[in-house]
Amino acid sequence: MALNELTAHELKTLLDRGEVSAHEATTAVLERIEATDDTLNAFISVDAEGALSQAAAADRRRAAGEDPGMLGGVPVALKDLLCVAGGHTTCGSRMLENYIAPYDATVVSRLRQAGAVIIGKTNLDEFAMGSSTESSYYGVTRNPHDNSRVAGGSSGGSAAAVAADQTILAIGSDTGGSVRQPAAYCGVVGLKPTYGRVSRYGLTAYASSLDQIGPLTKDVQDAAWTLEAIAGHDRFDSTSIQAQVPAYSQSFNRGIKGMRIGLAREHLPPELDDRIAAVTRQAALSLEHCGAELVDLELPVAGRGEYCLSSFYLIAMGESSANLARYDGVKYGHRAHGATDLQSMYQNTRNQGFGDEVKRRIILGTYVLSAGYYDAYYLKAQQVRTLIRRDFEQAFARCDALLAPVTPGPAFRIGEKTDDPLQMYLTDIYTVAVNLAGIPAISVPCGLSAEGLPISVQLLGPPLQEEKLLQLGHALECSARPC
Amino acid sequence: MYETVIGMEVHVELQTRSKMFCGCSADHFQVAANRHICPVCTSHPGSLPVMNGRAVELAAMTGIALHCQVNPHSVFARKNYVYPDLPKGYQVSQYELPLCSDGWVEITVEGQTKRIGVVRVHLEEDTGKLIHSGGSSLIDYNRAGVPLMEIVSDSSIRSAEEAYQYLLKIRQIVRYLSASTGDMEKGAMRCEANISVREAGAAAYGTKVEVKNLNSFRAVRNAVDYETRRQIALIETGGTVRQVTVGWDEPSGTTREQRSKESSEDYRYFPEPDLLAINLDEKWIQARQAELPELPEPLTARLEAEYGLRRQDVALLTEDREIAAFFEAVVQHPGTDPRQAANWITGELFRRLKQDNTDIGATKVTPAALADLIALVAGGSINQNVARDVLGILWAEGGSASAVVESRGLAQISDTGELDSVVAEVIATHEEVVERIRQGNPKPLQFLMGQVMQATRGKANPQTVTELLKRQLGLE
Ligand SMILES: [Zn+2]
Repeated sequence: MALNELTAHELKTLLDRGEVSAHEATTAVLERIEATDDTLNAFISVDAEGALSQAAAADRRRAAGEDPGMLGGVPVALKDLLCVAGGHTTCGSRMLENYIAPYDATVVSRLRQAGAVIIGKTNLDEFAMGSSTESSYYGVTRNPHDNSRVAGGSSGGSAAAVAADQTILAIGSDTGGSVRQPAAYCGVVGLKPTYGRVSRYGLTAYASSLDQIGPLTKDVQDAAWTLEAIAGHDRFDSTSIQAQVPAYSQSFNRGIKGMRIGLAREHLPPELDDRIAAVTRQAALSLEHCGAELVDLELPVAGRGEYCLSSFYLIAMGESSANLARYDGVKYGHRAHGATDLQSMYQNTRNQGFGDEVKRRIILGTYVLSAGYYDAYYLKAQQVRTLIRRDFEQAFARCDALLAPVTPGPAFRIGEKTDDPLQMYLTDIYTVAVNLAGIPAISVPCGLSAEGLPISVQLLGPPLQEEKLLQLGHALECSARPC
Repeated sequence: MYETVIGMEVHVELQTRSKMFCGCSADHFQVAANRHICPVCTSHPGSLPVMNGRAVELAAMTGIALHCQVNPHSVFARKNYVYPDLPKGYQVSQYELPLCSDGWVEITVEGQTKRIGVVRVHLEEDTGKLIHSGGSSLIDYNRAGVPLMEIVSDSSIRSAEEAYQYLLKIRQIVRYLSASTGDMEKGAMRCEANISVREAGAAAYGTKVEVKNLNSFRAVRNAVDYETRRQIALIETGGTVRQVTVGWDEPSGTTREQRSKESSEDYRYFPEPDLLAINLDEKWIQARQAELPELPEPLTARLEAEYGLRRQDVALLTEDREIAAFFEAVVQHPGTDPRQAANWITGELFRRLKQDNTDIGATKVTPAALADLIALVAGGSINQNVARDVLGILWAEGGSASAVVESRGLAQISDTGELDSVVAEVIATHEEVVERIRQGNPKPLQFLMGQVMQATRGKANPQTVTELLKRQLGLE
């Protein structure tokens, strides 16, 4: 097996035994990127030189008998929404084409502390606004399983890079499904932690109350390792939670005997795609087989797409309209030439710098926050959000986790939904409720469709119960592949 | 008859070490441009605000001093508007749930005490500064993110004088708390006024005009007077006042329209998702209460009662907490007459403080030295004039009053024997004058006194000299 195809824990074992070097592993992923990325377009930038020098440092630490860190020498790719000091951070936008971040995101410094080798920045929908990575200024990312299909979004580059073995690990961010959905389309594991579990400092904001950073990995164990490395309170993010970080890497395989798994009626409607429904039912049976108990229940608000999607998009767009106001050509980033006054500088800069989807969301977001509309839209959406949260609370009183589909269908074709934003928004129907409630969820591959496209299920848990989700995910993984 | 109705919004820069939401120094006065900035206060992608706890404490203490209720639950909100000096494109402020609300402050105008309501005290962040030079504009973000406290009054202010007194009171309180320097000329305190006029006795308010750019106490007074006159003139000539925002133009002494109501901005406030709500428990609020220094009103009452001072003297002494403390340090020296201490401080010391544009903390005159000086006068060792000179020396060089008197031989001559000959000599050399006095004109007596003083370099005890002159001239 080539080094780039290994999981992080497999590679770590070889590195610790001295059988391979971080230099070799890094070289392997860089070569793989070189060979495949013209087609996939998973990366916006690759820092080969920087990666090799970080790898060399990891090798030196090992040789000197120092602790190389839990991810010492393991290559990781970052969604290009995360700031890395001295490097380009484009956010998939023309607006930040030449922007160099002056600081490391907290997640980046924690990965560095854990010894990870940062190899490059992955493609994404512009400012994470999209579900297919088609709105990126840097071109669409192709699905490694079928190049005519999307990799999902907005962390499409990270998902494709992991699936195509261009990296060992990747980091994404999930605002309404942006880690779980591309992970599902590309057949990798995607974890969206509890809101506040991982610091957002240095993650370019899309919708501040919904954004959360999470890992995209080749298996559940790697997700546990990565989460352990990046989670925890950060004094630079007031919304990060002050709670002990469990040793996920030690507990992910403890078994699920006696756990109660909820299946919501609303998550398995009659009109659901047969392939998705079949895989979800099969996953439920597998969990039952592993000792879990299945519980039928209802999610009258949180399970209803019409409530969740409208509330999600109103809040996300409202917040994003403010978050994106800073891109004005004054301080950094793109500035239009030839402006005659302040107003025209603003207008031309933003007109040139932003793509259509970003403009659409800024305009709609501005509208929903406006005097006279705020109560009917933004406030109402927040009220629905409270009901969604309550729905989950009630459900989790009866079960340890919920099992649900991630997407309404497998990866769709490139261009299939770009002309119809509403169709695109509908692909988030099963994922957004998790962000609105701030709870954790993990997307785990559970099979392939007849045409060979990956299909996943997600497990949803109460706040800070990532441990249980990892255990359930691991159990599913074991039943899906012989172990 | 018309009545002016005024509501004030006062912005006060808090004296914290760091900015409102980042670790940068909050010092921006005469600092080279863009030295105190970081990714947070210049709004780089991914940066997040972290609340300055001291700013919350100072604002809460101000609220308590203004008799407000400190709200156990308050939230920050984003106020959205676009301007280059506002890095994020929104200002983090407070909107629906401010830190403090429903208070009052008392002002005194023409001997009458009046209560002005304080609607709210909330926290926000300052903006950067635009510097226009030649054909371009430059931006300095040193001030961006500096903690700002907004104090909003109700509309019970009725005149320029009341507005002025209200502002003085606010400044006095924030200075007492060391919450701010309150220096308007340095922009640490800025003010806006909502001004309207109505027929005296009318129940409904007139249309209000918002006056911005009031950067000095004088500007507040002048702008209120000007707006009042302008609005009355408008109404009297059959016009109507429009709801507009105007800016005070100091050089011309007029207001200029900036914006009309129709084009007023919609700030699209919504709760700031990057910050947690401020939840304060009773214990925390009590701790702020305990942290408060003695405030102007109780201090005034105590000084009046304890030292038997006149109200106007106490008012001067309590204007600044440091002055009051200095006074109390002087009178704690046994035997020091509080009235004398008050006179020296509000007279000679104030004159010198003003002249040198300094404050009491920076002077070389110690409370002990002033107490000593007062004792020397009371004991007859020096007279008032010499004492004034001694204070001048203490002001310039410091030290003790007794040592100055001693080393410079300034002790008053009260010894009759020593003065007898001086008086005799003065009488002998001014025959003409003496003649006039003897003829019944007592006025030139003062002249002779001056001559004796000159001869003794001011050290003669004036009372003794008068007695000797009268005796030697046979006037008794
Ligand atoms: Zn700063």
